[in-house]
Amino acid sequence: MSLERRAFLQGFKDVAPMLIGAVPFGLITGVSAVGAGMHPTDIIFMSALVFAGSSQLAAISLIASGAAIWAIVLTVAMVNLRHVMYSLSLAPWLQRYGVLKRLLVSFLMVDQSFAMTVLRYPREADDYPRFHFALGIGVPMWIVWVSTTAFGALLGAQLPAEWQLDFAVPLLFLALLVPAVTSRPLLVAAVVAGTLALALAPLPYNLGLIIGSLSGIAAGALSEGLFRRSKPVAEPERAQA
Amino acid sequence: MSRPEVWLAIALAALVTLAERGSFLLTQSESPLPPLVRRCLRYVPAAVFAAITIPALAQPSGTGVGPVDVRLLAGIAAALVAWRTRNVTLTFVVGMVVLWLISWVLTASNA
Repeated sequence: MSLERRAFLQGFKDVAPMLIGAVPFGLITGVSAVGAGMHPTDIIFMSALVFAGSSQLAAISLIASGAAIWAIVLTVAMVNLRHVMYSLSLAPWLQRYGVLKRLLVSFLMVDQSFAMTVLRYPREADDYPRFHFALGIGVPMWIVWVSTTAFGALLGAQLPAEWQLDFAVPLLFLALLVPAVTSRPLLVAAVVAGTLALALAPLPYNLGLIIGSLSGIAAGALSEGLFRRSKPVAEPERAQA
Repeated sequence: MSRPEVWLAIALAALVTLAERGSFLLTQSESPLPPLVRRCLRYVPAAVFAAITIPALAQPSGTGVGPVDVRLLAGIAAALVAWRTRNVTLTFVVGMVVLWLISWVLTASNA
């Protein structure tokens, strides 16, 4: 077996438990999107092209409320800002590859693949086929994500309106929000953001969401100094699907 | 929103996400992020998720137990499950089932 194929299979082996966790999240996302009024084909395209669950849910809820396109794009950009950090920490490992391969790795990078990749690279030799490992992680993840949202969307289209599936999107966000609040400054960020977004909800173009989010981020970062002596600030934990 | 508008939103969202993922991988820029930016990035998920969740849960659906909306009740039940278990699927299932149960009881008692 070639080194490349072995690295690809290693990636697949590393990501396998994550794939199982992604299945219900993909199904629920597909069902929720249709419940929120999106066309099943559109959510499948979104999963294939955006490939980032929580930002897709944010976009779905904004599309359902008839938000302006720029507000949707800005919100997706904010939810996915963490990928800039992932990109920063993986860049030194992939410098020997050409731009197309690095583009493919970038496109396939999600929370789970970053976590597995950043654990694997330091353990392997310098000539380890890192690109093939990244594909072994990313390609199965992409296939599972697109196929489960597609299945969820087709399923959701069959379910009756009495099931109130439009409630699924805020509910999923709640499920992501609670595990993200692991320290007091993070709680400050969430409370300030949520309260302001609620108070400013009547503003047009979903400005309440944008102003609330930015104020919450600022409040969290500022309060970090106040809490520093009492409790160390933990990195936000990723929710398990 | 019309479907072409949805498609435009999807295309732009895909591009901006790829730009973020490729920010350092594609440019191979050596400059690290300033500490203040790193500090702010830690608060993005909690702040954005709260700004989306709280107004959506507080939105009245029209049915309630007295003055309390059924969706708020289902949301509180789901929040408790999320807090105790940190399990996304279980939180989702409990929230939906509580919503259905209360709605069903209300419908049955009104009939």
